Amino acid sequence: MKKKKSRVSGYNKWGYIFLIPFTLAYVVFQLIPLANTIYNSFFENYMSGLKQIGPTFVGIDNYRKLFEGGDIWTYAKNTMVLWIMCFIPQIILSLLLGAWFSDTRLRLRGSRFFKTVIYLPNLIMASAFAMLFFTLFSDGGPINSLLMQLGFIDTPYKFLSNTGSARGLIAFMNCLMWFGNTTILLMAGMMGIDTNLFEAAEVDGATSTQVFYRVTLPLLRPILVYVIITSLIGGLQLFDVPQILTNGTGDPMRTTMTLIMFLNKHLYSKNYGMAGALSVVLFIMTGILSLIVFKVSGNDKRKG
Amino acid sequence: MGRKKNDGLKKGMGIRARRGLAYVVLITISFFCLFWFYILFINATRSNGELQAGFTLLPSTHALDNWRNLIGGTLPMVRGMVNSLIIAASSAVLSVYFSTMTAYAIHAYEFRLKKYIYPFILMIMMIPTQVTALGFVQLVSSMKLEDSFIPLIGTTIAAPVTFFYMKQYMESTLSLALIEAARIDGSGEFRTFNHIVLPLMKPAIAVQAIFTFVNSWNNYFTPALILHEDSKKTLPILIAQLRAADWLKFDMGQVYMAIAFSIFPVILVYLVLSRQIVQGVSVGGVKE
Amino acid sequence: MKKKLASVMLCTAMSMSMLAGCGGSGGSETAANTETEAAGTEAKSEAESEAKTEAAGEDTESEAAGTEGQGQVFNIYCWNEEFKTRITDHYADYEKVDATTGKIGDITVKWNITPNDDNAYQNNLDATLLKQADASADDRIDMFLVEADYALKYIDSEYTMAVADLGITDADLSKQYQYTKDVVTDSAGVLKGVSWQGCPGVLFYNREAAKEVFGTDDPAEVQEYVKDWDTFNETAAVLKEAGYSIMSTVNDSYRVYSNNVTSPWVVDGKINIDENIMKWVDDSKELVDAGETNTYELWSDDWSKGFYPEGKVFCYFGPAWLVNFSMAADTEGSIGYQGGWGATEGPQGFFWGGTWICAAEGTDNAELIKDIMLTMTTDDAVMKEIVVDDDDFVNNQDVMNAMAEDTGYASTILGGQNPLGIYCAGVETLDLSNLSPYDQGCNEEFQNAMKNYFEGNATKEEALDLFYKAVVEKYPELTY
Repeated sequence: MKKKKSRVSGYNKWGYIFLIPFTLAYVVFQLIPLANTIYNSFFENYMSGLKQIGPTFVGIDNYRKLFEGGDIWTYAKNTMVLWIMCFIPQIILSLLLGAWFSDTRLRLRGSRFFKTVIYLPNLIMASAFAMLFFTLFSDGGPINSLLMQLGFIDTPYKFLSNTGSARGLIAFMNCLMWFGNTTILLMAGMMGIDTNLFEAAEVDGATSTQVFYRVTLPLLRPILVYVIITSLIGGLQLFDVPQILTNGTGDPMRTTMTLIMFLNKHLYSKNYGMAGALSVVLFIMTGILSLIVFKVSGNDKRKG
Repeated sequence: MGRKKNDGLKKGMGIRARRGLAYVVLITISFFCLFWFYILFINATRSNGELQAGFTLLPSTHALDNWRNLIGGTLPMVRGMVNSLIIAASSAVLSVYFSTMTAYAIHAYEFRLKKYIYPFILMIMMIPTQVTALGFVQLVSSMKLEDSFIPLIGTTIAAPVTFFYMKQYMESTLSLALIEAARIDGSGEFRTFNHIVLPLMKPAIAVQAIFTFVNSWNNYFTPALILHEDSKKTLPILIAQLRAADWLKFDMGQVYMAIAFSIFPVILVYLVLSRQIVQGVSVGGVKE
Repeated sequence: MKKKLASVMLCTAMSMSMLAGCGGSGGSETAANTETEAAGTEAKSEAESEAKTEAAGEDTESEAAGTEGQGQVFNIYCWNEEFKTRITDHYADYEKVDATTGKIGDITVKWNITPNDDNAYQNNLDATLLKQADASADDRIDMFLVEADYALKYIDSEYTMAVADLGITDADLSKQYQYTKDVVTDSAGVLKGVSWQGCPGVLFYNREAAKEVFGTDDPAEVQEYVKDWDTFNETAAVLKEAGYSIMSTVNDSYRVYSNNVTSPWVVDGKINIDENIMKWVDDSKELVDAGETNTYELWSDDWSKGFYPEGKVFCYFGPAWLVNFSMAADTEGSIGYQGGWGATEGPQGFFWGGTWICAAEGTDNAELIKDIMLTMTTDDAVMKEIVVDDDDFVNNQDVMNAMAEDTGYASTILGGQNPLGIYCAGVETLDLSNLSPYDQGCNEEFQNAMKNYFEGNATKEEALDLFYKAVVEKYPELTY
């Protein structure tokens, strides 16, 4: 059994070997469509009914059209607003729950139950979830009749016809669907932390708050970076919840229209040109924001 | 630090208040999480006409009718569930295994292309999936892989998001010293990965397995473009088909029953896998 | 360098046209079919060379002429089970094999069902049609179904066969309602599809409300209160006094207005809003502002409230299937359950729903298509069977007129009224010559945009701008 590998470089070829499956699957299933996307952003290329228009090389025309009129900035703003409305409560809730669950002094009873329950909303298909939302928040639905009985309002409040409440509902549903996800990620990260560290801190007389800030958070940093980056990306690509809840319209007056919903509009005519250009723009925006997060968190420092 | 002492004195009171607060918050949250399941199951017991009449918190008597109509209908729901299970389970296994392997390659080895590959994979994450979906379908069609599970399962081998998580997780928990130790013991690289690294990654693996499974289970868009034969379809497609039924057969009671039916297995899978995460016992007992 | 770019472009174009398609088929079937294909080509090669993409289509003609040369696999594309059920029940030679296959004689029938959600049906159909010319005979689409809103997209293309080329004559179709032909007539006036259904719409009113407000529930007298839009809108005010909404939502009447336009949505590549559509906007805005109706989506919980007496809705616009199957008639306490609806013509005739059968260019089963089309949409006996078994309103004037005169036929949901005469009257005056291939997108986006205006979130101009913007996103070739 004792077959000894000689040189360090001998081990390192395994780095390549272990990368093979990922690379293969990636090249076959994703790289080709991706290259096509970027390539297509410089072409006029869509379907008019069953007729193919183009592809005709149009240079940066698609990009120009995209920024013409400035609508894209409105959608970018909507996306950011929705992301903040979803993400801030979500990360606070997740960190709070994570801190409570990992706090040995708190000795919460039934914490296994709570830990299990928080992820459950994610198991429901978004479209099914939306059906329930429609039922609850319809003009004649239970929420409205409750509010009317309590005397807060006289006539039914149209939740999806007002910018504030429409955004609020989207944020609420999105937060509900995904906060469990974030919490679980953080919890799994905490699980990986050596319990000895907590015990040692406790022996030293550290308070729960101190343990959380001084021990848990620093060790969790890579996972936190992951959570922030992925939810930033997920936030910029926010799509299914507002799409389903507003039936793809981004009503009222497109104040809930996100960038990907806008992109989706172009897929109706299989407009690969415009959709491609929008993807590239989105890609650049995400890239810049992610880079900032990486720099701020110091995650990119090379290890010796 | 003086603050530390103060905190220490207040500790007794603080704990009780904090515990109370924690319970209030947790119970509220649990209500918001479970409420939907309750309405879903209530709705599954109601007939189409009753559903049109509006919302109620009380169950009705049509559960059995809905169930019989659903199972006795022309759509192969059970077959759909088997298909969904095959696809979701294989996706979860492949995605997690190969993502961990990829993350391990980046984490544990030094090689020339590493500098480029890591950022490149991260960049992939930033591309909206909606755009590539239609191109993906073209590709599948030209490879003659329609009505096959391979393109749906195969793609998950390259899952940048899972990879990124695994990489970050390793950074916070997997020490290179351990791998060195394994090498000195004469363990081959592949063996080290399978028998030492994977077990250490258990919580992360459970988490990502759940996520991948659930995502794949609830995915409608891509499978709908690839699977056309009824016997190959997954549950979300069948449910969409049920909702697209003509007026003669349209029945929301059945739709809700189908949704309830489709949720059970995924709850089960979640409960099994989540034990790895919620148990409250540290698995990553790496000795210093 | 230039050449290389061009070839890349060509590749993209080709791969573009090779989107998703139907399932594969057995090897033995393929072999058998190659023979028939070869035979077909031989026969034709006397006339001219076969180096054309339309060759497939011409093949069919020569095959249709002879009785030989039928393909072995018959592919039908649709989005739900309706047509399959009809074929299974009423097409005598059809034998069910399993959920998505059947047999007619030696020919295997394959049902390719893709749901409508997210436009998946059309995406799939488009992709398969586009590579129709390159597909093997067994993979080609033979028959596909369309709905009125997007029928012209397919009808106005070279992918759909004229029914005359199948050997179906005008005389065969003489009993069908004219509007069902308008929907599937292309811009050159060629008929390219048929339907077994007629879906003429009428106005269903709440009899109790009519008695309470007008003192009568007799259809002829109620008609006086809703006979044209001006009267209809005046009546709305009266109904509001009594606590009723005239309709559940403004979207209820949209279809009625939009079926009676005098110009299409697109004229010479420019988006055009018809007067009658603008009339809908103005009428609706007044109704909403006066609190006489609402802005609910069709099929939403709020919309269906009026199926029950407590919902306080006076009327719904719809065809027979709406009142028979979608308005909770089988649920205790609903108006339909108590036989509390009445039917009258309303302000204008319209239709709602229906499925059309089209033959795909390139099919190798023209004979069978012809037979299915004739049997399902023209055979009196079969159509009567459909009326009796399925409660469908069939596309056959003789059959429907006979039933309209049948005093024994009464609808319990409509309080014992025989509404068929009213249905037939509305549909005869319906003129659908102003359809365009853009109808689906335009109708959808128009209602979406106007909702903002009705609810006070935008001015009329802003809402119209939004509509134009949304349509151009969907159809980049249009201008406004």
